[in-house]
Formats: sequence, structure tokens, C-alpha cells
Amino acid sequence: MQIILDNIPLLLQGIGTTIALTVLGYAFALVLGTALAVCRVSPIPPLRWAATVYVEIFRNIPLLSLLILLAFGLPDAGVLLPYFWCGVAGLSLSGAAFVCENIRSGINTVPIGHAEAARSIGLGFFGVLRFVVLPQAFRTMVQPLVNVFIATVIGSSLCAAISVVEITYVTQQLNIASAQAVLLFLVAGALYLALSLGVAYLGRRVERAVAPGGSRPLRTADRLQGAAQA
Amino acid sequence: MSTTSTSATQVLFDAPGPRGRRRILLISIVSLLAILALIALGLWQFQRNGQLAAEKWLPYLRRDYIAFLGKGLLGTLEATAVAAVIAFPFGLVLALGRISRARALSAISAVWIEFFRGIPMLLVVYAFLLALPAYGVNLPRFWMLVVPMSLVSSASTAEVFRAGIGAVDRGQDEASSAIGLSRGQTMRYVILPQAVRLVLPSLILALVSLLKDSTLGFVVSYNELQFQGKTMVSITRFLVQTYLVVSVIYIVLNFLLTKAAGLLERRMRRRAAEGTGRSR
Repeated sequence: MQIILDNIPLLLQGIGTTIALTVLGYAFALVLGTALAVCRVSPIPPLRWAATVYVEIFRNIPLLSLLILLAFGLPDAGVLLPYFWCGVAGLSLSGAAFVCENIRSGINTVPIGHAEAARSIGLGFFGVLRFVVLPQAFRTMVQPLVNVFIATVIGSSLCAAISVVEITYVTQQLNIASAQAVLLFLVAGALYLALSLGVAYLGRRVERAVAPGGSRPLRTADRLQGAAQA
Repeated sequence: MSTTSTSATQVLFDAPGPRGRRRILLISIVSLLAILALIALGLWQFQRNGQLAAEKWLPYLRRDYIAFLGKGLLGTLEATAVAAVIAFPFGLVLALGRISRARALSAISAVWIEFFRGIPMLLVVYAFLLALPAYGVNLPRFWMLVVPMSLVSSASTAEVFRAGIGAVDRGQDEASSAIGLSRGQTMRYVILPQAVRLVLPSLILALVSLLKDSTLGFVVSYNELQFQGKTMVSITRFLVQTYLVVSVIYIVLNFLLTKAAGLLERRMRRRAAEGTGRSR
């Protein structure tokens, strides 16, 4: 226990870094992912192709390979980023691919008839999106987007492999110094669990809040996909 | 894929008229040029730092380079396959435990699933690498990678199986109890065969995440692809090239698996639609 008490500042720094990595990585992933989703559903073929290629590359590359490439590979190509920002970049780039897919499949769950009806009463593109498609799509997107957030929390641990001082890195260093493995790994595990379970709880609250008529049953395919992504 | 993107486009846009088509063409040309410029900029940056030189890329066609990375690829496939063979049946058992009426069994399964879904695999790997040896447990490097992979994957596949069991029509359950099957028999003869079929595409996607997890062999020095890359870099100093080649191999493998999952899912959905005479 002493090792924990003696190193509270270091542990707090680790927790702070994990949260910073996750929040920044997820925020950029949301922005980039939304832009990609807009490209993928746009009528401009080159944008659709580029976004498709992006998604296929970044959802299929292992996060660790991406982080290593960014942290150790980019300097050789003349791009120097601090390791922390390599971590944020890696989490955002890969998160964006999943965000894009979730938004796109969310939009796809809206029946075409709704959009046609909205257009026939004279709503323009943004009107259809804002009043008819997105409010309905958002409901099915909450849970998958929460899953991406949890994946970002868990993925942020890989930044330890590129020497970012976050929870996993701190745990490993303290273990080398003190050999109190069981205690340290339990504490670190509890911290991650608290983060992911807390976010999952918030996600369920949000989902219930945006579904006025009780929770809408999801289609089988969506549920299976959600479970596979988690 | 083309059908889904068309349907999303149909939701949001009317079929364009002549003016709309001209505008689409114009924006297409502009964005195509922008994309090409971006790619050119990247290549120029690489060129300026001497990373495009032929002598840094041609070696990857040499037999010894290919053999070296091929050994890593074999290690990756072996770890992934063994982890899947352990994790999938275990995940099914966990899922059955989770939905069991025995409170204790259900609680234990739930804790196991939440725990391994909520913590990073790297932490588990470090625990195996650094903690267990202190207690006299020294696993070979292969198992230091594969056991954490299996533990983490068992939790996520348990959720896949649970979703699959939940997706089997309720009427099946009622019909089998009506013909006098017990709960266990219903599960074994009626629900599970259908559920397992339903989750096959998701299990292929679980292989993708196992393949990604196997890169943590990098940390425990098990000679999978990412670690072979690391070793290669320390010998050849071709850092960007090696890690790019390695990443491309992962992307291609996972892309093929993702495609296979999508194909299987579409085929099953078509079969289901034909079988019941309903279209979904």
C-alpha cells in the first residue's frame, strides 16, 4: 500500500494523462468522423471514395502499429510531434473511422420514406437532416458512440508503448521499482474499470433521455454489430 | 457496400437535375484535385527526407526480408488462431452462465465479462509479463501473449453470443417448451444452433480484434509480425519502410476478414428472407 501512497502525484499525473488522451482523442475523432460520414453520404464521388479508403485503412490497422508508425516513423519523414500528441493523433485517426461508420449506419436506419416525406413538404437538405433524419439517427448512434469512447479509454493504454506517462506506463514503472505487482495492477485495473463503467452508465442515461417513448428495440443486426464492436 | 452508401445518399438527396449535376461535377473535380494535392504533399515530404529512395524499398522484395516478415506473419496467425480456439467456446460458456437462472453463476460471469471488457489488454499482458514471474509462474512467451488475448476476447465474444441468443425469435422458445423440451434441451437443440449461425459474422469480426491484439507480442518479445518488424528495424534502420510494410499486411488481412464477415452476413440475410418468404 505504501508504494501507492508514496507515489500519489505520479499516479494522479498518469490518470490526468489518460483522461487528456481519451478526451482529446475522442473529440478529434468525433469531428473528423462526422466530416468523413458527410463525405461518405455525399453525392461527390471522389469524396466518397477517399472517405471509404480512409475508413478501410484506419479501422483495419492495429492501434499499436499506428501509434508506433506515428511516434517512431514520422520523425524520419521530417514530422516531429511530442509523444503525447502522437498518442492523441493515433486515437483520433482510428476513432474517426469507427465514428464515421456509426454515423453512417445511424443515418441508414432512418426509413427513406421519412426523408422523402420531409422533402415533399418542402424541406431542403439541411432541413431534412436537422429536423427529420438526425434526431432519429442520433438515438441509434448513442450506444455505438459510447462504445467508441470506451474503446478510446482502453486504447489510450497502448500509448504506454510509446512512452506516454499514462496509467499503464506509471503502473509498469512503479512495478519495476517496487515489485508490488498484484496491488499495482489491481489499482490500475480498478481505475480503468471506473472510467469505462462510468462512461457506459452515462451513455445509458443519455440514450434513455433521447428516446422519449421508452427505449426503442434495435434491429438484430445493430445489436450484433454493437456487441462485436464493444 | 455500394448499396448502403446509395441508400444513405437517397435518404438525404433528391435525384439532381441538370444544374445539380453540373455542380456535382465541378465539386468532384475540385475535391479530386485537392485529394491528389494532399497525396503529392505527403510523398514530397517523404522524398525530401530521402524516404522514397529505391534502396530503402527494394530490399522488401528480397527473399530473406520476405522470409523474416513471413515468420512474423506465421506467428501472428498462430497466436490469433490459438486464442480464438480458446476464447470462442469459453465466450459461449460465459454467455450461457450470464443468462443462467443460477444467481451466483450469472453474477460471476457478469463480473468476468465486465472486468475484461473494461480494462486494457496491455495491462493484462504486463501482469503476465511482470507479476506472475514473481510468484514463480514462468509462461513461455507465446502463452504470455495468447492467454491475455483469450481472456480479453472471451469477454467480448460472450457479449456477442448473448446478443445472438437474444436475437433468436421468442416463439422458438415457447414452441419448444410447448412440445415438452426442458430449458436445457431447448437451449441445446433449438436456440443455440440458430444463435451460433446468427453470430458467425460477428465472430469473424472478433478475429479482426484478436489479430490487432496480437500486435502486443511487440511487448512480450513473441515473434509475431509487429515484433519481427521491430527486430528488423534494429538491424536495417529502415524504420518508416518496415513499419509501413507491416501495417499494410495487417490492413490487408483485416480488410479481407471484414469483407468476409459482411459477405456472410448478407448471404445469411438473403437466405433467411428466402426461407420465410418474407423480405426484410
